[in-house]
Amino acid sequence: MSSGKKPAAGRHAHDHGDHDHSDHDHSGHDHTHDHGDGHGHSHDERTFQPDIKEPSEEWELLEIALRELLVEKGVISAREIQDKIEEWDGKSPATGAEIVARAWSEPAFKKRLLADGNKAVADFGLEVPGLKLVVLENTAKLHHVVVCTLCSCYPRTILGVPPLWYKSKEYRSRTVREPRAVLAEFGTKIAANVEVRVVDSTADCRFLVLPQRPNATKGWSATKLAKLVTRDSMIGTAVALPAEGQRT
Amino acid sequence: MSARFKAGDPVVVKNEHRPGHIRTPMYLRGKRGVVLKDYGSWKNPEDLAVGRDGLPLRVNYWVQFRMDDVWNGHGAYGAVDTIAAEIYEHWLEPDTNASGKNRP
Repeated sequence: MSSGKKPAAGRHAHDHGDHDHSDHDHSGHDHTHDHGDGHGHSHDERTFQPDIKEPSEEWELLEIALRELLVEKGVISAREIQDKIEEWDGKSPATGAEIVARAWSEPAFKKRLLADGNKAVADFGLEVPGLKLVVLENTAKLHHVVVCTLCSCYPRTILGVPPLWYKSKEYRSRTVREPRAVLAEFGTKIAANVEVRVVDSTADCRFLVLPQRPNATKGWSATKLAKLVTRDSMIGTAVALPAEGQRT
Repeated sequence: MSARFKAGDPVVVKNEHRPGHIRTPMYLRGKRGVVLKDYGSWKNPEDLAVGRDGLPLRVNYWVQFRMDDVWNGHGAYGAVDTIAAEIYEHWLEPDTNASGKNRP
């Protein structure tokens, strides 16, 4: 390193937009400095990790085979698939937050939302086609938390795609059996006298939690209220943010 | 045709094992609960999964279970905690042994 010439790997500030991480291991590196500072190691000593991990699980191979066959037979195009993925990636929990904020602000809307979720969200131009949207109100006595033990049922048209943890076997198996431990791992503590109702989304309903409205928000506009509604608070693994806008 | 159960009815989930696409979770089979509400009638997913028409429609009930009735202490939950799951009518039987203790 004493030649003064910068190594090919260059600076390791985390501007990694032009390559991915699979070509070297970042553990143990302090990456806020240039390798010219001479801490005397090279990446060649690291265990080799292949750049591309080949698909190996049965479900991966099945998906690729089915997709390639559908494209080859002209049933669907690669572009259509990609556009659909992008459309789904574009959906966000902000949509759900708007609905919650309006329910907090307008008692009449809240009543309609709790009575018939599908009809109420049509006001926002939203649909939950073929399924029943059920909005579950959390109160001082009742805290709902939603899980799909069988797969990953989730109100996707309202919240977008679910987070990976929601689809994990750990979340799906543990929440029905040790809900408070799972909630604690999310940093959420529910008082002992409050019923935690674990809602296992097993069939044709899709559940959206209406979290409790935070204190000290009287008179707030729906836009301001929506900022307190997090995705996790609409799943039930969290409560809404306090009026301050962040948790202390 | 009227629905078999109504809110408040004590029920037991059938303890049967059938092949195919079943939406009654294993951990609830044979467990006792109470009907909370009727979530409407739907085509039977067990039949839809194999390309059949799924008729006649089946009623989807929201059933509540006490944690102890499901796990018998083998879990970590609050005394007042419950599970609520959607169970199709053909997986439920009236719980003729239900006493007040059975209700969440």
